[in-house]
Amino acid sequence: MTTASRPPRGLLVRRRAARTGQYLALLGYLVFLGFPLLWLVSTAFTSPRELAGLHPGWIPDHPTLDNFRQAFDEQPLLRAGANSLLAALAAAVIAVVIATPMAYVMARHHRSPLSRAATGWVVVSQAFPFVLVIIPLFLVLKNLRLIDSLGGLILVYVVWSLPFALWMLAGYVRAVPPELEEAAAVDGAGRLRALVSVTMPLLAPGIVATALFAFINAWNEFFFALVLLKSPEKQTMPVILTHFIGAEGVADLGPLAAASLLATLPSLVLFAVIQRRITSGTLAGAVKH
Amino acid sequence: MRRRGFLAGALAAPAVTGLLPGCAPQRRRRTGGKVRLRFQSLAWQKESVDAVRRLVGEWNAAHPDITVEYLQGSWDSVHDQLLTSFEAGEAPDIIHDAADDLADFAYGGCLADLGGLLPRRLKDDIPEQSWRTTTFGDGVFGVPFLQEPRVLIAHRPALEEARVRIPTARDPWSWAEFEDVARELTRGGRHGVAWPLKEPVSATLNLSLSTGGRLFHRGADGKVTIRFDAADQRVPRTIHDQVVRDRTASRTTLGMGGSDTLPGFFGGKYAMVPLGFSYRQQIVQQAPEGFEWTVLPSPAGPGGDQRQGVSPQTLSIAEDSPYREEAIRFLDFLLRPAPMVRLALGDWMLPTGERALRDPALRTRRYGWATGTALAGTLRPAPAQSVRGYPEWKDKVATPALQEYYSGAIGLDGLRDRLVGDGNLVLARYQR
Repeated sequence: MTTASRPPRGLLVRRRAARTGQYLALLGYLVFLGFPLLWLVSTAFTSPRELAGLHPGWIPDHPTLDNFRQAFDEQPLLRAGANSLLAALAAAVIAVVIATPMAYVMARHHRSPLSRAATGWVVVSQAFPFVLVIIPLFLVLKNLRLIDSLGGLILVYVVWSLPFALWMLAGYVRAVPPELEEAAAVDGAGRLRALVSVTMPLLAPGIVATALFAFINAWNEFFFALVLLKSPEKQTMPVILTHFIGAEGVADLGPLAAASLLATLPSLVLFAVIQRRITSGTLAGAVKH
Repeated sequence: MRRRGFLAGALAAPAVTGLLPGCAPQRRRRTGGKVRLRFQSLAWQKESVDAVRRLVGEWNAAHPDITVEYLQGSWDSVHDQLLTSFEAGEAPDIIHDAADDLADFAYGGCLADLGGLLPRRLKDDIPEQSWRTTTFGDGVFGVPFLQEPRVLIAHRPALEEARVRIPTARDPWSWAEFEDVARELTRGGRHGVAWPLKEPVSATLNLSLSTGGRLFHRGADGKVTIRFDAADQRVPRTIHDQVVRDRTASRTTLGMGGSDTLPGFFGGKYAMVPLGFSYRQQIVQQAPEGFEWTVLPSPAGPGGDQRQGVSPQTLSIAEDSPYREEAIRFLDFLLRPAPMVRLALGDWMLPTGERALRDPALRTRRYGWATGTALAGTLRPAPAQSVRGYPEWKDKVATPALQEYYSGAIGLDGLRDRLVGDGNLVLARYQR
């Protein structure tokens, strides 16, 4: 009879200590990440009088929906949310549709001069702060008659997120072994069939992660929307949120928190729904072959 | 009044500014038929937004051929947004802003000179010292219409308990008396005063007018230099001594904005807080039931001098607007005495118009309105708001220097070296 050999006692203790340390670090990180969100939730349900108390608590003594009522009463949150959603969804979809084939070419033909130039462009484009491009961009869009238009804003978001999306997707494509496409070709599949049936399913997590990145970028973006959109009925959520802030940074804190909470919901829901796909996609993109 | 954004910060350096085209766009062309004026308002609280919207509605109903389109801007980002819009020739026709934000736009040719356009009624109704806040060079680049003095908001029972003399606008405390009162009020874990000095420069400069402080001196050649004389030192020294030496002022509020001090004020940690007049609205909304508070005038300088600097809210017209005459007519309509009162009540501020100031609604003792209106005649243009290079001096030199001085990290000599030595180097770059 054989018995499974147990690791020495010292090793077990060290492993347990390491695991406890990991959990503590994770807990600390979660608190660090969660604190602003929890405070936002708490503030959104607290009355102005209670907020001005010397020791406001996490849980309001008299929870109220008045802040939400006031926020909806004072600002067109639904319309702004719809505008943001339209701009962010369109930007994400268009960016991914453009970036996917480009990333494929960049990854599969990475030695070609064109691919190298594209990679260089991606890197250089990240070096420009947008304060330097906003005025020329404004003039270009004006000539295209795209000022005060959600179409113009979507175009800017696509262009702005494209380099990073390209770089991100190229990493995912590199993680898919070309041998799989070659095997499909041996089995009689054409280039398109191999791409659609073999490569794309493997790329799906990366595409989702990239789309989510583009979506969140566009959803949270403030300055382009502020400058490019004039008409009140076209303004997006981040711009509307600033209407709760007055001179010298004085803010209508309760309604601002309520509106901000609503503004974070789409990102939270999206993350919750596709979290697993993102994790696996991110890991796939990280593997070097 | 508002924060200059990151775009303004990036363009503050003269080297970067040089890369950009000037702000002197061609005037847009009139289109035939109906006139449409775009009016960007920064009103943000419900009462003031409602007041502005109602007035725009009244105008549109009475003037079907000149439609005003209401756009809501934000104090937080107005400078960056206007800067970009001016550069691209897409600015609103009528622009709501603050006097201390106008200098760059006025000198840059972005705003129309209203000097020859203003109707006599409006010109006469607003006093000369208010017009000076929007006068840059030879031109008038905005109509100042709302302003707020800095006042002391005090916990009334604490004053009564300490049996100190209650100051009035006619008989204010001197700065020395204010220091004594703060000592009287400091007891049992409570500070006599809390200075919210997140933005220490404007508070210090504006209050220093009462002691004769000027700081910025324009020479015969038109160039501005900084001096830090005895009159300039009185107010900062008072604040420093209260925080560092007497401990009659709370150290923790030095980095706070006005709103941040209110919980401590309501909770009895401070007896007085120097705040802008409009903060009364927050106090009314947030103070616990039964909390008794009162509005007192800021301390006065020698001879009862109560002057203080202000930067009023303004309405300007874009240089490239083809509808200046129509825009001026709208401004004249919006700033008649009765609408000006409505706007002032909505923002809890004082109107600049003298006829509006006489309105009984602004003379009531309730919520300290009477104290504020009594101070209206003492308000002057904020020092340095027309000095080129002031924003950079404020952000890079004066703000950190004053913060260090008020917290006790440097002394008065160190403060002088920084404000004057470093400050004049900054100004010199703008005056070559």
